[in-house]
Amino acid sequence: MIAIDYAQFLRLALPEAIVVATALIVMGTDFLLMRRCSTRVRFAVAAGIASIGCVAAIVRIVLAPEVANILNGVLVANPLTNLVQIAVLTLTIFTLLLSVDATFSQHIGEFVLLLLVATAAMMFLAGTQDLLVIFISLELLSLSLYILTAFNKSSAQSWEAALKYFLFGGMSAAFLLFGFSLLYGLSNSISLPLIAAAIHGPALNPLLVIAIVTTAIGFGFKVAAAPFHFWAPDVYQAAPAPSAAFIASGSKVASFFLFFQVMALGFAGAEGTAALPGFVRGWVPVLALMAAASMLLGNLVAIRQSSLRRLLAYSAIAHAGYMLLAIMAHAQQSLAALLYYVVTYALATLGVFAVIAVVEQQTGDDQLSSFDGLSRQAPVLSLCLAIFILSLAGIPPLAGFFAKFYLFVTVLNAAPGSMGLLWLVVLAIVMSAVSLYYYLRVLKRVYVAPPAAGSAAIRTPLLSQALLLLLAFAVVLFGCAPQLLLRWIEAAIQVSGL
Amino acid sequence: MLAWTIYISFLGAAGLLLLPRGSIALARILALLTAVVGFAITLTYFLQHRTGEMLTIARVPWIPVLGIEYHLAADGISLILILLTGMIAITGILFSWNIEERVKEFFVFYLLLIGAVYGVFLSYDLFLLFVFYEIVIIPKYFLIAIWGSTRREYGAMKLALYSFVGSAMVLIGLIAAYVVAGANTTSLGRLAQYPFSPHFQMLAFPLVFVGFAILAGMWPLHTWAPTGHVAAPTAASMLLAGVVMKLGAYGCLRVAMVLFPLGLGPWGFHVFGLGSWRDLFALLAVIGIIYGALVALVQKDFKFVIGYSSVSHMGFVLLGLMTLNQIGISGAVLQMFSHGILAGLLFAVVGRMVYARTHTRDLAALNEMNLHKVIPFAAVAFIIVGMASMGLPGFSGFVAELMILIGVWRAYPLLALCVGFGLIVGVVYIWRAMQKAFFVSAGTVPAPPNPPLPPITIPERLGAIILIAASVLVGLYPQVLLNVIVPALNSPLFDGLRKGSWQ
Repeated sequence: MIAIDYAQFLRLALPEAIVVATALIVMGTDFLLMRRCSTRVRFAVAAGIASIGCVAAIVRIVLAPEVANILNGVLVANPLTNLVQIAVLTLTIFTLLLSVDATFSQHIGEFVLLLLVATAAMMFLAGTQDLLVIFISLELLSLSLYILTAFNKSSAQSWEAALKYFLFGGMSAAFLLFGFSLLYGLSNSISLPLIAAAIHGPALNPLLVIAIVTTAIGFGFKVAAAPFHFWAPDVYQAAPAPSAAFIASGSKVASFFLFFQVMALGFAGAEGTAALPGFVRGWVPVLALMAAASMLLGNLVAIRQSSLRRLLAYSAIAHAGYMLLAIMAHAQQSLAALLYYVVTYALATLGVFAVIAVVEQQTGDDQLSSFDGLSRQAPVLSLCLAIFILSLAGIPPLAGFFAKFYLFVTVLNAAPGSMGLLWLVVLAIVMSAVSLYYYLRVLKRVYVAPPAAGSAAIRTPLLSQALLLLLAFAVVLFGCAPQLLLRWIEAAIQVSGL
Repeated sequence: MLAWTIYISFLGAAGLLLLPRGSIALARILALLTAVVGFAITLTYFLQHRTGEMLTIARVPWIPVLGIEYHLAADGISLILILLTGMIAITGILFSWNIEERVKEFFVFYLLLIGAVYGVFLSYDLFLLFVFYEIVIIPKYFLIAIWGSTRREYGAMKLALYSFVGSAMVLIGLIAAYVVAGANTTSLGRLAQYPFSPHFQMLAFPLVFVGFAILAGMWPLHTWAPTGHVAAPTAASMLLAGVVMKLGAYGCLRVAMVLFPLGLGPWGFHVFGLGSWRDLFALLAVIGIIYGALVALVQKDFKFVIGYSSVSHMGFVLLGLMTLNQIGISGAVLQMFSHGILAGLLFAVVGRMVYARTHTRDLAALNEMNLHKVIPFAAVAFIIVGMASMGLPGFSGFVAELMILIGVWRAYPLLALCVGFGLIVGVVYIWRAMQKAFFVSAGTVPAPPNPPLPPITIPERLGAIILIAASVLVGLYPQVLLNVIVPALNSPLFDGLRKGSWQ
């Protein structure tokens, strides 16, 4: 029997505990004190308290950074997990503040509670190397996200999307659990490094192959990689804008980090290779197929979309394909590239959703035609949108360009001397050329098309405008000076030695 | 100092954004001022440094993880191309004095484009060069899509996609070179010294070369050029033909040929009589020259004539590069400058002086108007620049094309004959366009346009005179540019090319 130091346990989980406590405070305040106030005020107060809680958690992480690993990875804290947790918390704060002007629901306490619970789940996900904790936190996260998707009670589409999300999610959880159980059976352990040590061998056990495939399916669903992407377009389209923004940004950061960790740590020794020629069985070829499918499907289908949210969903699938490349390279540098990519991607996506939220409130939908002539009605809003979209398209000097460049370089660098993954990098670069077409189509609406007759000037709420400018500034800044962010990531990875 | 050409253009664009709504005159003047300052900086630098050697302008570490530096440097070749850029920038603004719709935005995009072009010509770090090269695409798209004419959205999207596909090819080549060299640097000079294996160079060279050559209008990937030029507003077609196509040619010379000189060597086998990438690209260039000229010969739209003539003239540049001898490559660089000036003025005459007044570019319709009586200045300008474009002695085009021809004669005597045919067709299509557009045919009753056309304005005259003067100056005394081009070509940067396959 191992003696467990509960005090240390609590100290490590303190940031998460702060977030959960804040969630309860928010709900209490909203239920007990704010019943009589208008929705706007209630939302402002709730988001304010929640943001303070998140900031408190960040402060705790920054001021008292822990380095620990208890019970073979049930809870892990090191600079890298701290960094991911800070990123998640920051994105949550942005989401909270952007939702202040939303009007889709009266249940504000519950909404903020769910956001914060999901955040806590993501923080646990970042800070563990234990299959059980991973699964439980993943379920906690997913359940919160299902409800957040369905939060707009007056919209049947929103329910439908949530149900779809729930059904697909339940199935993928089953796959994941099946894979995990096989892993446990093979290795007699639920700790990722111990599993890796146990499964290490010259030949792949057939059961291990099944475990690899089912685990990859489970995570492929979480990150919306083809062919497990079916929930994404509906959820992106029908969920309330803040929920969709949260699913597209914060949850992506946590999921990709986790995906990388499980694959690189848990399946170390069973990589195989996707090099052409010289396919070797392992998890890398599985991911290679998913990545190629995602890049092709995401980019080609996005061309045909007429709704900006659906377009974003398909572009998210494509971006998931690019990011899978970094997981396949599973080197220290490629983890840095992955984190840089996913964080800057999350910033840009969050920004686009914020713009969508503003436009939707005025015009009623997110069809591309609603954006006709936006640059004449709201120049600042359009400029921000252009910056986010061009960053997603990978145009320098915005963050998305450097993210792509760095990702491709590290993927080719991962296996020194061989250009095995060159075919995937070439595919990715060619597909990003395709993506420029549909991103430009959006900007064409905004800048070229004349505004619809009789449309009034679009008013952007002050808070949204400030946040949008901040996000746009961040995207430009990280593009022009990637070192600012990269330095932290590299240092954290060096210290943590993943 | 020279780096300020970039900054001043971007600052000018930012300054324009801050101007209050409706300040049209102020916007024009601010834009013109920015362009003039940029040109003045270049000219001062040019007069001070007439040796043509590579001189570093700015160098600071940028992204140390990848060994990327913010490294600007200029040698003779970049210097004359930024001189060209400055000149086209100024005259382009003079010729867009008549833009009335969304003026501020127009000049913002315009100055962004100019700044990025300066950036490409001045970059010594390949990552930096690529960054500027891609920035060019976006303002180009909007300039055409918002202020263009015939099928503007189609032309703009086609142009953007062609450029982006080209730059994707370049990106693949650059990333591969970076990774293979493994030296953690993207500096052009250091990568050029790395001995890439001949096999790798054979694969990487065509990739990067074609990636850049798309933007230089290489046949058969030139189709964006005529549609894009025709759709663009006057200033944007001047920039496109005058400067942006040069970006492609510059990239071919400065990046593809310098990094992978062995890629130009023989394959070791022959396909249809072609023994190397060099033979293939030379052949494509010649096809481009003849094809462009023949197609220009049968156009009904005045602007398409000029659009295809650009394809033809850019063929000379690519052919000059493929001669791989000093006179041929110097001629190619000179032709970049010369074509930039002449194409700029041709588009100005067609787009601004004629089309903006008559609202038609149909040669048959223009023919009836007997324009040489109505707007004589336009007719005179077109005749002069047409003569220059045909390659008459005394103008810049003559010297450049002569040098390229001599180079081709040494490298590919047979192709030189074909080029000669192309030159003759070049005379014919200019002659035909001039006659149809400005001089009423015998037997037709001239029908002067009603209401009468507004006279040629002072900014237009000024712009035309600047460009014609530049062409004549270079035509009469080409040494002024060759003095900096030749030392640049003899610099250590081109060592690989000289040792490899230089003749």
